[in-house]
Amino acid sequence: MILFISSQHPEPQSPINERFGRCEWLMKYDSKTGQWTEHQNPGAAQSGGAGVAAAQFVIDHKADAVISGAFGPNAAGAFRAGNIAMKLFGSEVSTVEQAAEYCLQDKLESFK
Amino acid sequence: MRIAVTSGKGGTGKTTVATSLALSLAGEYDVAFIDCDVEAPNAHIFLQPILTEQQDAVILIPKIDAKVCTLCGKCVEVCQFHALAKIGSSILTFPQLCHGCGSCTWNCPVGAITEVPNPIGVLESGTTPEGIPFSHGVLKISEPMATPIIRQLKRKALSPDDTLTILDSPPGASCSVVETLRGMDFALLVTEPTPFGLHDLKQITGILEEFNIPAGVVINRDGIGDNQTDDFLARQNIPVLMRIPFSLEIAAGLSAGTPLIKIDPALRQDFLNVYAQAAQIVAAAKGGK
Amino acid sequence: MSTPPAKQLIILSGKGGTGKTSITAAFAHLASQSQHPIPAVLVDGDVDAANLGLVLQPDRAEQHEFWGGAIAEIDPDGCIGCGRCTDVCRYDAALPTAENPDIYRIDPLACDGCAACVYACPQTIITMIRQQEGLWFHSHAAYGHLFHAELFPGKENSGKLVTTVRQHARLAAEDNTIPLVIIDGPPGIGCPVISASAGTDLALIVTEPGKAGIHDLKRIHETLRHFRIPTLICINKADVYPAGVQEIHQYAAEQGAQVIAEIPFDAAIPRAMVQAQPVTAFAPDSPAAQAIQDLWMYIAERIGPVEA
Repeated sequence: MILFISSQHPEPQSPINERFGRCEWLMKYDSKTGQWTEHQNPGAAQSGGAGVAAAQFVIDHKADAVISGAFGPNAAGAFRAGNIAMKLFGSEVSTVEQAAEYCLQDKLESFK
Repeated sequence: MRIAVTSGKGGTGKTTVATSLALSLAGEYDVAFIDCDVEAPNAHIFLQPILTEQQDAVILIPKIDAKVCTLCGKCVEVCQFHALAKIGSSILTFPQLCHGCGSCTWNCPVGAITEVPNPIGVLESGTTPEGIPFSHGVLKISEPMATPIIRQLKRKALSPDDTLTILDSPPGASCSVVETLRGMDFALLVTEPTPFGLHDLKQITGILEEFNIPAGVVINRDGIGDNQTDDFLARQNIPVLMRIPFSLEIAAGLSAGTPLIKIDPALRQDFLNVYAQAAQIVAAAKGGK
Repeated sequence: MSTPPAKQLIILSGKGGTGKTSITAAFAHLASQSQHPIPAVLVDGDVDAANLGLVLQPDRAEQHEFWGGAIAEIDPDGCIGCGRCTDVCRYDAALPTAENPDIYRIDPLACDGCAACVYACPQTIITMIRQQEGLWFHSHAAYGHLFHAELFPGKENSGKLVTTVRQHARLAAEDNTIPLVIIDGPPGIGCPVISASAGTDLALIVTEPGKAGIHDLKRIHETLRHFRIPTLICINKADVYPAGVQEIHQYAAEQGAQVIAEIPFDAAIPRAMVQAQPVTAFAPDSPAAQAIQDLWMYIAERIGPVEA
């Protein structure tokens, strides 16, 4: 599974970033290889359409699921169209690593 | 001559002044009125026009013909506003992000895109009981962009000749105000003599310098604040053309939707003087060029 | 375990000049100084006409550049005067220069940043240049952290600067375990308001009782309902037009909305503004200050439970 997680810093131990569209970093986790890759969020620099830019990026990178604190309507629309699961951090997750772990254990709530 | 009534700070009395200026002038001149505050239009409350025409204000958004689309993604690439995304085997559009620029349509290599109107508000026009041609725009609730409506409103309502026209501007000093001020001959700044009023007034004077639009000021609610505004205006050589004293009676009358010159008819002469001075300033500015 | 995110309260109006900033400043004062203080991070969301700092008089701690969208620029040396840019520009931004009609230029005040001209130019001599559109600040006021900004005059108020300021405020609240963010909102109902209010927990609409105020109250109320933000209403300068107050109560009843306070017109408010103080600090016994104190107590309870 390929997961994308909105992050404050470019490393797995980083605290999570609650907002998807303009988070600084998008951390990618490949559960098959166990590899982490950091990506600068193209939406962070956008004047408008940050959610779409970020969503497009995540979709182009073949995500199966994306994890964040909240998804704006544009990003959500894009993910629904692309059939990519949107998961929410909830109150127990504080790091990116934890988010991935919880997601793979199916402990995260879905964003509707 | 085209006069925009603006302020920087909201609530200083733009609509109060703009509507009473138009009403004062209507007795002696042919004057038209355009309310460009499309997010929160209020002039119609005071001018009570009978609105006879309505049309949609639209942004032209892309419609992609899926049968022709090759998913090359060129449209996604050219769109500066991320109003298009390539997702799976289709191109998704996001109308609220679209600026209606047409770029995606022109750049599609297979001609798969047509533009369709997406209504984001309405333009209405009519005439007031005094015979003043009136127009305004009203942004649809939840639509984010006011500026395109202002642009369309002015294109429709501004006469190409030099008809005396009063425009009521939105508050603030950003793009919607810039759009309102574009092409104006004179800016009538309505301010209140308080620190908030002064701070926001300074934002506007910056824009006016860039546009090279001469200005004059109406100080509203005179007496409620301090002298800093007068000092600033004197330093900047911006003339104060009229002062409206603070008065609870005026406030109550305006609350009831009564135009200022009906609350205090003596002010009609002051408004005529404002116009006369504005005309002089504009003529001098043009002569100086 | 991570801290629960701070609650966010926004003060809006629809119509400008109803008293948002004066009331926000009073809330900032009361939140930090009253008998049951609630620490709060303050945000001035009206980046176009930022006035909260004038009352709160903060020490400016950090200043950051704000870079927004891009504007097109034509390289005059490469321009052949074909006018394709003018053909495609819908914003009247591409025009021949006054000095030489065979060379075109982009008017930066008119340019929408759509880049249609960039793609249309046969010589490919048009580039998009990102613009610095303003500054944002993290300051310290007597009542707490203040995040505010100044959009340069004439720039696009797309909501991005508001969002930036809000995001940093939220991070500061998290880092310092502050349970509340109070946002002074912009007037209107468009993009800046939508960005300022997105994801807030409670919106307080400050309205005036006049016809214009009521007209705009309805528009902001509908907007907030569309975006599903819980909303309360308070009427400022209520005694100026009692008929309007009645109309507002009627509207609220019809809409299932709550009017939770009526603040009388009070010269103490502009006087406090001139003295650069919140009215509740400057004149705590004044009628307006008393009404705002009651209003704050109600709001504090509604937005809770917040841990001090």
